[in-house]
Parts: sequence; structure tokens; C-alpha cells
Amino acid sequence: MEAAQTQWVRIHPLVVRITHWVNVLAILIMVTSGWRIYNASPFFPFRIPSELTLGGWLAGALQWHFAAMWLLVLNGIAYVTYGIVSGHFKRKLLPITPRAIFHDVLEALRGRLAHEDLSVYNAAQRAAYLAIILCLIVLVFSGLSIWKPVQLQEITAVFGGYEGARVVHFLAMSLLVLIVLVHILMVILVPRTLPTMFSGRARRPT
Amino acid sequence: MKKRTMETSLAGHSGKLIHSIERRLFLRQGLSLGALAMLSGCDLTDDQSVQKLLGVMSRWNDRAQGWLFNPNKLAPEFPESAITKPFPFNAFYSVDEVEYVDGASYKLELAGLIREKKPWTLPELYSLPQTSQITRHICVEGWSAIGKWSGVRFSEFLARIGADTSAKYIGFKCADDYYTSIDMATALHPQTLLTLRFADEILPPMYGFPMKLRIPTKLGFKNPKHIMSMFVSNEYPGGYWEDQGYNWFSGS
Repeated sequence: MEAAQTQWVRIHPLVVRITHWVNVLAILIMVTSGWRIYNASPFFPFRIPSELTLGGWLAGALQWHFAAMWLLVLNGIAYVTYGIVSGHFKRKLLPITPRAIFHDVLEALRGRLAHEDLSVYNAAQRAAYLAIILCLIVLVFSGLSIWKPVQLQEITAVFGGYEGARVVHFLAMSLLVLIVLVHILMVILVPRTLPTMFSGRARRPT
Repeated sequence: MKKRTMETSLAGHSGKLIHSIERRLFLRQGLSLGALAMLSGCDLTDDQSVQKLLGVMSRWNDRAQGWLFNPNKLAPEFPESAITKPFPFNAFYSVDEVEYVDGASYKLELAGLIREKKPWTLPELYSLPQTSQITRHICVEGWSAIGKWSGVRFSEFLARIGADTSAKYIGFKCADDYYTSIDMATALHPQTLLTLRFADEILPPMYGFPMKLRIPTKLGFKNPKHIMSMFVSNEYPGGYWEDQGYNWFSGS
């Protein structure tokens, strides 16, 4: 039948798949241990439920956070370098216009966003993936500012000092978690996108 | 429970801002490692091999921070108007359990790789050249506060007592049974201060009378209070919190 004629196209390069899943692990550890660290001295009038946190107590959470930061940063450097050098970013995430984002987000909310060709990201996807990259860059630099407010004080100053960097770090985390939750929701709504992140292949649209 | 004090001492009021829907989604997807650990009925962090790996990474971070440490990089200093009032009290016990040390009979004991081991009385310490700093104290819990400390530049004191500055560590033992240790590079940093005064007054008991070590390039718990003795050594001395899992270098 038709199955025999199904054509496959490679839509996710190996580097992107590996760095994606390493990033999933790194972000899970960073976010859940970070919540525990936040709980030691909350600056908003709430704490994160401890069942959702990692580390057991502050020292454990700090150990996780400062171990996984290497994973996050090294993996991030590999991904961004690959994205720029190979032209992956230019090919998949650009061009992007506010008008196109607005249009596609509206379509998505109406449940009418087409996903026939998985090899091409729509504007809403492009915006989300770029926002995740930007969030992570802000998280890394605000994190460095909190970790080394003396040795890296020039970076800390960009965030308005040590206390400013703490707030930026938390807000960037919040935005990241929000985008990731939407990302997961979209995968649940279009489940055939999930296997492609392992195999890298998708059926060629007819 | 004692070891949890550091985490809970400044605990604020809790409120659930995370929507339960969001949380349920989170749990169902098994996306939180914490949730995963809960489901498998064991605490991931308590696992022996995980503990070992985290310990290795913490020692790696000690080394990384040693390389990152610039002996000439000064912690930012602030104007008097920026000082935090009241300055928070923090220790592994509550403020009504603060140690009272008798100043009249106090003598700072010296040991280890030091040439002149003669103990120092308070009048002798007060008579040394004094300097002041207004810097930010940053707690490992995350909060910070700006204060004014005065005393003897530690590097000058080390030179005066003939400490072997090629040694690796300086350890401190305190009247409240606290203990900690620092690397020699930080000990020799120009802002590391043998502190005898806080806010231009003789150091009050709650801030470490008769003497504390102020290190603006390290987290708060690396700034020992009520110092009774110090020693120079090449053997890793550890510390009260460090031995429980807090990172040893803990530089800022």
C-alpha cells in the first residue's frame, strides 16, 4: 500500500536532538534546585511547594544547581555554536516578524494552526524557540551575577546589582517555565512531533 | 534539625501562587526530578552515588572559583547612606543564644605555620593600624545586607605574626563552637579584615565580639564570628557548614 511509498525527511539534525534532551535534563535540575534555593530566602510573598523541588535542603539544592550549571552552559555553547555555524538558526528560526508571530499565535489559539510540514517552524514556534534561547542567556548571565557579584561585578552591574540580578534570574526562570509548559502542551496536541525529536525524521508531506 | 537552621531562619510566609492545574500537569508529566524521586520512593539526593558525584562537582567548583579569584579585584564599596538598618543577625542558633566572650581575659590564640605564636589581647589588637569598609554581606541563603566594618587588614596581621603565606589554608575556631577555613589567596586580599568594630562601635556580641573575620569576597558563613584561635595549615580544615555539604570556597 501507501506505507511502502512513505518518504521520510530528516527535519532535526543529530546535534539538535542531542542538545535538546541534554538541555531538558539540565533545565529540570536547574529549575527544581533553583526553586529550593529561592525558598531559603523568598523575595516574593510565596514559596515553591517543596515536593516540586530538588536537593532536600539548601546545601543539597546548591550542589545540584552548581553541578548542573556546567551541563547547561557547555550544552548551550555547543547548541548555539552549531546553530550559527551550520546555518541551522538562519534556516529554521528566521525570518521572523511581529506581524507573523501575532497572526500565527492567533491561529493557534483558534486551533487552526497548520502543522502539515514539520520541517518548517511556524512563526509562533520560531518566536517560542528564540525566546527560550534568550531566556537561557539571561538566566546564565544573571546567574553568574548572583554567583560572582565581586569577581564578575561588571556583569552584575548590568542587572542593577546583586539584588537586581536575583529578581531578573527569577523572572527569566518564570518566563522560561511558562514557555516550556506551552511547548509541552503543543506536543500533547500534535503528538507526532515527539518521535521526530528522537529519530529526527518525519513523513514527507504529500 | 539543627542543620536546617540556615535554611529556615529567614523563612517568609508561604502562599500558593502556582496554580494547581499547572502543578497537576507538571506531576502527571513526571517532569520534575523531585516528583520522579517521590514516585520511586527514594530521595535522589540521598543516593550514595549521586552524593559522591555532587561532592566531586563541589570540589571541582572549589578549584574553578580558585582560578576565577582575582587577588586585585575589590568588592564594591558603598556610601554610609546605603547601610542596611537594622543589620540582620544570622547564625546556626537564635539571637538570644549569642555567645558572650569576656573581653578582659580574651586572648587570640595562634597555631600552626606561624613564627610568632604569642597570643594577642584586645588592647594589643586595638592598637594596630585600623581601616574601614562599607561592603555587601551576601548570605548563602540569598539575602544580602550592607554594613560597615573596621579593624586590621588581615594581610598586615599575617605579616606581623610571620604566618607562612605559602601555606594553603587558614582555619578559625570560635567561641560558639563554629569553625571554618579559607584559602590563603583570600586571606591576603586587601579587603579581608580582622574586624573589631561594627558601625564605628566595638563589635557587639550579636555581630561577633570580640573579633570576626570580614571577607567581602566570600559568602556570609565564611566570615567567622567570636574567633578564639586561628591556625595556618596545609591540611584541609573543613568547616561547620562545609562539612555538611556547603561549598568550601563559596567566593563571591
